[in-house]
Amino acid sequence: MAHSYTPGLTVTDQTVVRRVRQLPLQGTVLVKEGDLVLATQSVARAELPGKVYPLNLANQLGAAPNEIKDYLVKREGETVHKDEVLAENKPFFKWLKTEIRSPVTGTVESISTVTGQVLLREPPRVLDLLAYVDGRVVEVRPQQGVTVECVCSLVQGIFGVGGEAYGEIVTAVEAPDRSLTPDRLTVEMKGKVVVGGSFLSAETMAKAKEIGVAGLVVGGIHDQDLRALLGYDLGVAITGSEQVGFTLILTEGFGAIPMAAKTFAVLASHAGAMASISGATQIRAGVIRPEIIIPLNGGRSTVNRSATQTREGIQPGDLVRIIRDPLFGKIGRVSALPSELRKIQTESEVRVLEVRFDDGSTVVVPRANIEVIEGA
Amino acid sequence: MTGAASNDPPASRPLRVVVATDCGSTTTKAILIEKIGDEYRQTYRGEAPTTVEAPFEDVTRGVLNAIAEIEELSGRKILDGDRILTPCKDDKTGVDLYISTSSAGGGLQMMVTGVVQNMTGESAQRAALGAGAIVIDVLASNDGRLPHEKIERIRTMRPDMILMSGGTDGGAVTHVVEMAEYIAAAEPRPRFGATYKLPLIYAGNKAAQGQVQKILGDRTALVMTENIRPVLERENLGPARHKIHDLFLEHVMQQAPGYKKLMEMTGAPIMPTPAAVGLIMETIAKREQINLIGVDIGGATTDVFSVFDGTFNRTVSANLGMSYSVSNVLAEAGLANIMRWVPFTIDEQTLRNRIKNKMIRPTTIPQTLDELQIEQAIAREALRLALIHHKSLATALKGVQQERTISDVFEQQTSGKTLIDMLKLDLIVGSGGILSHAPRRVQAMMMMVDAYEPLGVTRLSVDSIFMMPHLGVLSTIDEKAATDVFVRDCMVYLGTCVAPIGQGKVGDRCADYEITFPDGRVVTDHLKFGDLRLYPLGVGEQATVTVRPVKGVNLGAGSGTPMTKTVHGGVVGLLLDGRGRPLQLPADQQARISLLTTWYQAVGLYPSL
Repeated sequence: MAHSYTPGLTVTDQTVVRRVRQLPLQGTVLVKEGDLVLATQSVARAELPGKVYPLNLANQLGAAPNEIKDYLVKREGETVHKDEVLAENKPFFKWLKTEIRSPVTGTVESISTVTGQVLLREPPRVLDLLAYVDGRVVEVRPQQGVTVECVCSLVQGIFGVGGEAYGEIVTAVEAPDRSLTPDRLTVEMKGKVVVGGSFLSAETMAKAKEIGVAGLVVGGIHDQDLRALLGYDLGVAITGSEQVGFTLILTEGFGAIPMAAKTFAVLASHAGAMASISGATQIRAGVIRPEIIIPLNGGRSTVNRSATQTREGIQPGDLVRIIRDPLFGKIGRVSALPSELRKIQTESEVRVLEVRFDDGSTVVVPRANIEVIEGA
Repeated sequence: MTGAASNDPPASRPLRVVVATDCGSTTTKAILIEKIGDEYRQTYRGEAPTTVEAPFEDVTRGVLNAIAEIEELSGRKILDGDRILTPCKDDKTGVDLYISTSSAGGGLQMMVTGVVQNMTGESAQRAALGAGAIVIDVLASNDGRLPHEKIERIRTMRPDMILMSGGTDGGAVTHVVEMAEYIAAAEPRPRFGATYKLPLIYAGNKAAQGQVQKILGDRTALVMTENIRPVLERENLGPARHKIHDLFLEHVMQQAPGYKKLMEMTGAPIMPTPAAVGLIMETIAKREQINLIGVDIGGATTDVFSVFDGTFNRTVSANLGMSYSVSNVLAEAGLANIMRWVPFTIDEQTLRNRIKNKMIRPTTIPQTLDELQIEQAIAREALRLALIHHKSLATALKGVQQERTISDVFEQQTSGKTLIDMLKLDLIVGSGGILSHAPRRVQAMMMMVDAYEPLGVTRLSVDSIFMMPHLGVLSTIDEKAATDVFVRDCMVYLGTCVAPIGQGKVGDRCADYEITFPDGRVVTDHLKFGDLRLYPLGVGEQATVTVRPVKGVNLGAGSGTPMTKTVHGGVVGLLLDGRGRPLQLPADQQARISLLTTWYQAVGLYPSL
């Protein structure tokens, strides 16, 4: 049975998340199923093959490609150090001698007598894969990775920048509709996840970088400030690998928008607790949203699994956020779900719903223009 | 349990009912086609979110959901649990054929290599694009990157497939072997499936096949095929394209979540969505003997197809789209280019924030008229940029010697001239949500006219509900069924645009015209520069138009030369565009807004509030 799709973001006090930790290539898993792990603990390790450096010896020695083996000092598979002689000619007069030295330390991977090329490979680099969240290892995929289960409070954001980070949660504003101004940031916030309110400016981001905060969580920012932060105009929302000095998570969107009261309350109630955060965002099928995970009791409490079941369709009473102008960012509850199509100002005929705000007023909006705040 | 369609070859039994799906990156769209009397008609449609990714990781879930919606609407029983009931048992049970296209999971992503970038590199790119792929990079010996940079690039990209080309048959082998060595050193890994070997097609100098086999035979799933550029003067893209389709089904589809099941369900091979759309475009051009441009503007990408003098080309602008990539349209076109189409002022910060909010919430729809106008302005720029991209790749072969006569001395043409000649263009076909679902059809027409600036006389149409992929794959089984549905239910003819080439002061005379309508009524008037006039001319109706341009203005027959043509009507009608070509808008903001408002009112583009 098909259900009309309504996007949603989860904000909940208690849930269970499973995070798949996957090596980029085969390696060794360092933990067993059932092990309790900490977020910063290494759970798997792999050796990333070193960089390859091609050297065209035939060109450099002025020899034919099929002759280069005669000039090589090193053979395939042998190790070579930076600046060590790799190949040389043996002229009759010594001063005509040409020596080709290795530009890197590594091994001679291959020698081609067709192109006259030698490929050198640098030593492999060790990659440690961290658990990311405190919790229990519930699945081990040999040589590939593990799945860690964590009982936690969870806040999903809408957009983020920067990768995984860890830190203690600290609130820097008193209310979700306050801006996070530079004077709210103090040196004590170094290495912490700072929760703001409706907005932060480029100046606040500069100060956060200077102090060295681990993360910033706020309602919205201006696109222009994001461009300044990244140094380019972000064209497609695929993020997570940026190096901007901290991880940034927006809970509402672009512009100055008060953080949803529920989101702010969940985060504020965990002030002082450690959190795992990620700014990685991918807005395509298989959506990845930025997240703040606050493990409860080391991530290993038990929880009622029914609370984590998949939602099926939108219902009257659901807490929703309007996600399109002219009421962008307003939050209310669904009060009616008329089934007939309704003509809106653009003359499109669309499915709509009615939202009731806290002050009792109601508004009719296209169903496509709301998102459910899940976990309510 | 997933059931297969009947094993009978589809051609061996008469087709009465067909269900077809297109598994897009976001939505799986299903349509039902039924034979009513002697003709085939599209009767019901259903859609559901695509389920390639977690938590479902099985594309067939979305397919079954979309078909279930058709079941509910039509009252026909099509599913028996997870099985599609084939063949038709009676008027209310089963279908004769199930077919599908797919672009889910990002489509078919390929990396191509050549020796000379604008020769074999471009030929390889055309081969891959024509097969329905997204080309994520073109590597060439002369692409300016250092060898280790090439190796790093190959390693970091995770294509579904690599197409290697380079060298003419019997030419030098060194460069193409060198590229094979780079690929081997990079140990490229496929996007899906950690354990299987990356499919690689070698379609270069056949003299190097032995060397390439030696270097890459063990490391990749290597397939050899004919050289795509056997001699400099000729491209031979067919064999490489066929191999791409074969490997797409044998390797890539097998790895994507749920596709093995889907392949068992379908009565014909699954096609990449753009390949199916390309097929239907080629079929129209051939049947009507016309030159056409087709565009499919989606949320993430914009595909452009063209057939000129029988030559088919396709390009995909991977980051020009109306939702996921909307912010990239802003980055590439610039704010001023978008704002030039908007008939009001808005501050830059608000507009930038709105565009970013659309990017992060791609499924939202414009709720107010100004939001609709902004989205349609962005669409104009995405369409315009994608056509520029297409023109640069749909070219004659580069690096080929041309015979010149004395008459060519004054007309310096470089090799590799674009094949897209807007004066020879007969038809523009638009597809994709922003065009197909525009609240007024005239909006779709004006978006395409403003973006493409057609010259002379050009007919325009849109795909009613995005069913071209379904019909493309159906045409491989039953051309009549595909053609019937295409003509009756898919194509919505908008009308014809008549646009003189030349420029003049707003208000100056541009041309005199005479229109003879099908009821015998004759309208005689003159078109001034800056004028936009719309005459009703219904679907299936034709009118005769005679235009006498003033000196310096051309309609295709030469400067100041009169022209008479029969033009076709449509749901919008006959548009006379005296705005000049190239189309220029006033630099002054107030003047521009005033002119836009005049144009928009002249054609009834938006409701008045």
